[in-house]
Amino acid sequence: MRLGYLTREGFRSITTHSFMSFATVTIIVACLIIMGSVSLLSLNINKLIKELEAQNEIVVFVDEAIGDEAAARDLQRNIEAVDNVASAEFVSRTQAMENFMGKYDASLMEGIDEDVFRHRFIIHLNDIAYMSQTKMELEAIRGVAKVNAHLDYAQNFVMIRNVVSIVSLVLIVMLVFVSFFIMSNTIKLATFGRREEIAIMKMVGATNAFIRLPFVVEGLILGMMGGSIAFLAEWGIYNLVSGRLVGSITGTLLNVIPFRQYALPVFIIYMGVGILVGAFGGVNAIRNYLKV
Amino acid sequence: MVYMQNVRKVYESSNTVALDNVSLTIEDGEFVFLVGPSGSGKTTLMKLITGEVRPTSGKVVVNDFDMGTIKRRKLPKMRRTLGVVFQDYRLIENMNVYDNVAFAMRVVGAPNSEIKTRVPYILELVGLEGREKRMPGELSGGEQQRVGIARALVNSPRMIVADEPTGNLDPARSLELMLLLEKINEMGTTVVVVTHEKELVNAFSKRVITIDCGEKTGDSVEGGYYDL
Repeated sequence: MRLGYLTREGFRSITTHSFMSFATVTIIVACLIIMGSVSLLSLNINKLIKELEAQNEIVVFVDEAIGDEAAARDLQRNIEAVDNVASAEFVSRTQAMENFMGKYDASLMEGIDEDVFRHRFIIHLNDIAYMSQTKMELEAIRGVAKVNAHLDYAQNFVMIRNVVSIVSLVLIVMLVFVSFFIMSNTIKLATFGRREEIAIMKMVGATNAFIRLPFVVEGLILGMMGGSIAFLAEWGIYNLVSGRLVGSITGTLLNVIPFRQYALPVFIIYMGVGILVGAFGGVNAIRNYLKV
Repeated sequence: MVYMQNVRKVYESSNTVALDNVSLTIEDGEFVFLVGPSGSGKTTLMKLITGEVRPTSGKVVVNDFDMGTIKRRKLPKMRRTLGVVFQDYRLIENMNVYDNVAFAMRVVGAPNSEIKTRVPYILELVGLEGREKRMPGELSGGEQQRVGIARALVNSPRMIVADEPTGNLDPARSLELMLLLEKINEMGTTVVVVTHEKELVNAFSKRVITIDCGEKTGDSVEGGYYDL
């Protein structure tokens, strides 16, 4: 088989059927951008939730009866033994007072002894969904006087996280199916107009492989073009939208993931999907016409 | 060579008997008219020859290939021994005359050097020299059919099968085209022309096989007149 000729035919076909090629690339670009944007939005929301979760700490106050710092530190082992505890940082009453004075006006603390502060542990959890249960387990430890935990915040975060995860997963799965359907149908439409050409090829003795290869080459090229254009467009749109968003909500917690952090995986996925859809779409579209 | 013995073809989707108990032999080098009214089974007979359909029963052998048992992957090899000419020309609209003919050679993997010498020779043979760069839309019906014949001929097939080749042409162009097919036959290629044009058939003293209602109703080996 003359590979050079077949490859040239693939390229020639793109320019000859320029309108359908344009339509195919446009559909691939549109579908990839919609899929990619929803995925990137979902990643950003998840990151934001994780950051907010990480700020949600539990404070474990040590019983005043344990005045000795060394004895208070001994509680760390028992605290860390609780399942959901990710880290426990000891803060002595001296340190707690310094922190307080650093945070507020130092003059407020004039004449006040550090004994008004308790030794404490700052706890971070593995999963805030189990905050309530963890709080009870911490309270049950001997030597723990009180546990401060924002259970209402935790519940809200967990609810938001679950909703976002489910909604984005459903959206992405739906978009993947819809996109594949639209893209393969566009390619089918593009090849429908060429069924006569295929029938002639068959009648003059062309093998199925000979007929198929230019379509595969054409599909690959269109898929790669679609993937590349979608990647560049996604990059531009993402930077534009994230720039405006951050610019308009300055001073908030909003911290958008830079596109370059996901540029390589996005590029690989876009090219992969483009090539897969293009090549398989091309082969699939002409399958029926090869049965003559 | 075409050999058919007790051939029956039933289209299962519509339960139509297109051919029933047809037996015939066409030897290498013959010129044969296959005639009959519309719906008589001529096209089905032609499709059996080109491998587009398979017989329901009976035996069909075309250029040494058994068409009843031939594997799908062997069909291209069989089709390369045939040249098919269609009523509606079936040229590729976005290819010029030269490429429409060269395309048939590229399909069979012919080297470029051979294509460059063979295509101009065939175009001259069918009277299309100087029209290589024309697109199909710029040609008359007769010229387009000549391109179709050139494409069918370019790979030196053992047999040319023409399905109503003059169906879209005026009488003068039809006669010219038939003379061209006769010339090709004189060069040694078997020619089978499917037609229902009585005057044209009668103008040539050739063998005439008549098909009617799916059955072979006549085989005038001495050539000549047919009347339906």
